[in-house]
Amino acid sequence: MDAQVKFSLRDAPHEMIERAVKVRAENVNVFYGAKQALKDVNVGIPERGVMAFIGPSGCGKTTFLRCINRMNDTIAIAKVTGRIVIDGENINDRKVDVVELRSRIGMVFQKPNPFPKSIFENVAYGPRIHGLATSKSALEEIVVSSLKRAGLFDEVKERLHDAGTGLSGGQQQRLCIARAIAVEPEIILMDEPCSALDPIATARIEELMEELAKIYTIVIVTHSMQQAARVSQRTAFFHLGNLVEDGPTDVIFNNPKDKRTQDYITGRFG
Amino acid sequence: MASRLSAAQRRRIRIRERIIESALFLAATSSVLVTGGIVFVLLYESAAFFEHVPVITFLTDTVWTPLFADPRYGIMPLLCGTLVSTLVALAVAAPLGLTAALYLSEFAGPRVREFIKPTLELLSGVPTVVYGFFALLFVTPILQKIVPGLPGFNMLSAGIVIGIMIIPYVASLSEDAMRAVPQGLRDASYGLGATKLETAVKVVLPAATSGVAAAFVLGISRAVGETMIVAIAAGTQPNLTLDPREPAATITAFIVQVALGDLPHGSLPYQSIFAAGLMLFLLTLAFNIFSFWLRARYREVY
Repeated sequence: MDAQVKFSLRDAPHEMIERAVKVRAENVNVFYGAKQALKDVNVGIPERGVMAFIGPSGCGKTTFLRCINRMNDTIAIAKVTGRIVIDGENINDRKVDVVELRSRIGMVFQKPNPFPKSIFENVAYGPRIHGLATSKSALEEIVVSSLKRAGLFDEVKERLHDAGTGLSGGQQQRLCIARAIAVEPEIILMDEPCSALDPIATARIEELMEELAKIYTIVIVTHSMQQAARVSQRTAFFHLGNLVEDGPTDVIFNNPKDKRTQDYITGRFG
Repeated sequence: MASRLSAAQRRRIRIRERIIESALFLAATSSVLVTGGIVFVLLYESAAFFEHVPVITFLTDTVWTPLFADPRYGIMPLLCGTLVSTLVALAVAAPLGLTAALYLSEFAGPRVREFIKPTLELLSGVPTVVYGFFALLFVTPILQKIVPGLPGFNMLSAGIVIGIMIIPYVASLSEDAMRAVPQGLRDASYGLGATKLETAVKVVLPAATSGVAAAFVLGISRAVGETMIVAIAAGTQPNLTLDPREPAATITAFIVQVALGDLPHGSLPYQSIFAAGLMLFLLTLAFNIFSFWLRARYREVY
């Protein structure tokens, strides 16, 4: 696989942009007990920008997402084989410190899951455990800037010490994004981040993703093909544990090579 | 639509339903009635007691000698005995029970947990009289080697063993509370690069505060009401002291000691049992209300 991937941007569809590969998966297999959830996945995820994983339920897209920060380690029966290379380092290697790895990779979950702590404490949690702030004011600065980058600060600045669980669903999800970016990750994994949100809250998260994609590498798993088309530059289609094809989003949606992709895109199954 | 049942059949069914419902209602209310009856007897006999001994004297007098020629009725020594043995028990059960719960909930694999948790719960099946002799004949001699001049009867030994007795309650209920914390919160914490310990202590434990507090209060209630261990290991001599090394009687120990003797029905010492019992009842009631309040105050919305 090349060290570069090409894609076009939505506002300039004919201009191909080259990006270095941030994450490269090589022959990744995942087993849950005897069941194989992912079969020989090979894919490159470009640095900065948004890559979307689409596919019907149970196709392995979330399983693959959870390989990237080794969240499958927390499931006792899960077994992962193959290589996942981030910045030249195979993260499935025994020597890799999972805790350090996860501090470089933020994750946003399907259901907003703020801690039952204050808004401030939610965002401060990561910087605190990693010792990123040397003083109280430095910590406050991280919290405020993270909330600002997550587009939430103006709504909550009067009540930073109220419970994070008291926010609306969309605000909670943006709080979770603020919490993730507070530890300055390089990659943000999003597992259907809008599936529990209404269309307005969804639109806000999507705008935010576009903004964040200028700095971070974002990988999003989504059930909504429209969302994949709106936010991503590259898309990968998963089906029954196989990565069927991946490529520039407009190619996947308008001119897919594989029949299964075409059937899914046109709504014949899924 | 025509009914397939005759009017008489329908009537029979209705009556049967009515009878069953009444029987269920009686079963449900009987426990409430019994509790009410106990409270009534406590209040009734205590009222007679307080006609002779003013409440102020009962609460402030520092000597409890109802069986002496010159009887004095100050609950303070008994209350102190209960308080000290409970605090010692809590000092043992709180850290051990909590760490056991954290381990079982967050660190132990399913196989280890399936072995340890029932074993731990087996501890609560040991009769308390066995614990009492364990305290008197095993723990006290050991303590006497560590604490010089420790008398054979002392609250320290009794308290430690009560603590051991309530560990299963504290651990088991705390573990239930921690396991009820949604996996999503742990995932969020792991996803941020937190270790297992950080996740357990900074996310799971705070999220389970209300349940853990309720577990503690239940443990305290058990310690306050514990009778045999203190009666055997701490002695039955009322003693106004906060020093756990000394022997002392608790409220329950007094009741069991005096209730075994042949006190004339209706005498003042006889009624003093009920006054002490009322005190105990109010104490545990206060703890239960406190636990209720804790749960309401710190209940987390996930």
